[in-house]
Amino acid sequence: MNNTNTLISLRGVTVEYDGVVVLDHLDLDIKDKEFVTLLGPSGCGKTTTLRIIGGFTEPSQGDVFFDGVKINDVPPYKRNVNTVFQRYALFPHLNVYENIEFGLKITKLPEEERKKRIKEMLAMVGLSGFELRRVNQLSGGQQQRVAIARALVNHPRLLLLDEPLGALDLKLRKEMQIELKRIQQQLGITFLYVTHDQEEALTMSDRIVIMKNGEIQQMGTPTDIYNEPINAFVADFIGESNIVDGVMIEDYLVEFGGRRLPCLDGGFGKNVKVDVVIRPEDWEICKPENGQFRGIVKSSVFKGVHYELMVQAPGEEEEWMVHTIENHPVGSEIGLILTPDDIHIMNKMSPEEEAELVSALEADSILEDGEESDEE
Amino acid sequence: MTKKQNSFTSNLYIFIVMAFMYLPILVMIIYSFNDSKSRGAWAGFTTKWYADLLQNESILTALWNTLIVAVISSVVATLLGTAAAVGIQAMKKRNRELIMNFTYLPVMSPEIVMGVSLMLLFVMFGVDFSLFTVIVAHITFNVPYVILSVLPKLRQMDKYLFEAAMDLGCTPLQAFMKVMLPEIMPGIISGFLIAFTFSLDDFNISYFVSGERAQTLPVLIYSMTRKRVSPEINALSAIIFVVVLTVLIITNLNDVRKEKQLQKGGRRG
Ligand SMILES: Nc1ncnc2c1ncn2[C@@H]1O[C@H](COP(=O)(O)OP(=O)(O)OP(=O)(O)O)[C@@H](O)[C@H]1O
Ligand SMILES: [Mg+2]
Repeated sequence: MNNTNTLISLRGVTVEYDGVVVLDHLDLDIKDKEFVTLLGPSGCGKTTTLRIIGGFTEPSQGDVFFDGVKINDVPPYKRNVNTVFQRYALFPHLNVYENIEFGLKITKLPEEERKKRIKEMLAMVGLSGFELRRVNQLSGGQQQRVAIARALVNHPRLLLLDEPLGALDLKLRKEMQIELKRIQQQLGITFLYVTHDQEEALTMSDRIVIMKNGEIQQMGTPTDIYNEPINAFVADFIGESNIVDGVMIEDYLVEFGGRRLPCLDGGFGKNVKVDVVIRPEDWEICKPENGQFRGIVKSSVFKGVHYELMVQAPGEEEEWMVHTIENHPVGSEIGLILTPDDIHIMNKMSPEEEAELVSALEADSILEDGEESDEE
Repeated sequence: MTKKQNSFTSNLYIFIVMAFMYLPILVMIIYSFNDSKSRGAWAGFTTKWYADLLQNESILTALWNTLIVAVISSVVATLLGTAAAVGIQAMKKRNRELIMNFTYLPVMSPEIVMGVSLMLLFVMFGVDFSLFTVIVAHITFNVPYVILSVLPKLRQMDKYLFEAAMDLGCTPLQAFMKVMLPEIMPGIISGFLIAFTFSLDDFNISYFVSGERAQTLPVLIYSMTRKRVSPEINALSAIIFVVVLTVLIITNLNDVRKEKQLQKGGRRG
């Protein structure tokens, strides 16, 4: 397997609707057989990026390359790309079997082969026995799985998936994640995947692209992105974080929350304002008198695997989010310790950027609550 | 009022309405079997008028004309109207609204206006009245009805279906035939049926553009009744009524059957 081939490249792709810039000089390379995920708040341009690659939206500037060939003017039906649409777009006049068969019939695959592939596909998405159902007699999750099957059955070079598991319950979602990943590797198909769910992005992807307002914030492997977020936006978007104001006193020494602590970052200069990011799971809990920080547990919420505590010291402004597998009752006092590598220093965001972050994250959390809401 | 009384009054009401609607037709059917040329008295049972009808050249020609005009004009109007609807749907909002107003205009204006203006048009271009002019006129007044019955279906259609079809390898034409057409078919069919019945029915417009040689049935009947209602007309009307009634019953039964099938299908799943 040749893993260094670039399958798709976007170069300076810009999309405007009525003068509003939706994608801003996007550069993106996706390697053959790679699993890349676009992650970002609602309205940041994920679907638009897929539409550019699928051929449904024309860039107002910039070029799209497929296998090194410029495909700006190639219509969608000549691109070796299939799409799982965000709103499924199943054909209502056809049943489940006919929907999945649609693309294979167009490419005139022999009947025997069609049957075989469709059977495999139905088994994979857990819909064997549903062949003759009308698609509007299916639940949202079932429709979504038909949409996945209908696209994947064609074995395209590149599959675009726009939140393909959004309508599924947690258990089915996890199963489908594993299945999709397995199929992707087995068939050697390149996946460009859109999701709101950062955990899904972290577990499935070879590479994650974090977007905001039509611009790429950071690209990298899940571990890179998680451990070395380039700015507070990324840090907060990928996993919950404590983000507080701090001052870089000198290299490797930062002051925040009224303490001076050693850290691993340098090169910011002296007495420079920065953002300090601390992952909730990085705190070590100890006796109050041994902590670098100490505070009262204000609230404790069980999150399935861990408890999420909010801890605040009397008279101090900062409130710390702490994840721990051991519960501490509300009202008790605890101490908190950080090692230097738990402290992540970021360049300060401008006030506008900060306001954007807040609103973007709010919009996003609303969306996650009502997954099937009609946005756009 | 008790429930019983209530249902009695509502039944009475339905009876009266039905009587109003169907009594004239019933009378006409009875008289089509009356062995007398005049309308007044009952002079015994006969099927003579039906036999005469089959020999009456001018009536048979008019019937034939009517059917030809209805079939051709409704088919052509359906094709044109569907194409127009697809085009209108793809337009920008402002243009679409403008065109829609032009579409409503002929529907709203009295038919006699259409009839007279079409007549003037043909006269101006020196086109002799014939079946051709009748067909053209019928197409003209039928196209808007087709547009108006297809457009809502287009509007209801998920706009991503077309893209999904192209994504799966369809050319735009294939996508139209394989995905869009089946989606809007109910609208096309009802548009066709409306056009067909309006064409069969039309008197106002045909009257102005048919001339002597290309009379349709309504026009012929009108010209005959100016002298005297011939019992043959009664016979013909009776036949038409029975045919229409049968068609209606068959389509209704069909709908009921389909509905039942659908319900069964729904439960099976
Ligand atoms: N056809 C269009 N006309 C005008 N604006 C559009 C159009 N399509 C998208 N936009 C705008 O472009 C921006 C990006 O839209 P896009 O659908 O790519 O977002 P997204 O990242 O997929 O969001 P979500 O996660 O909610 O699906 C949005 O602000 C949207 O309002
Ligand atoms: Mg989207």
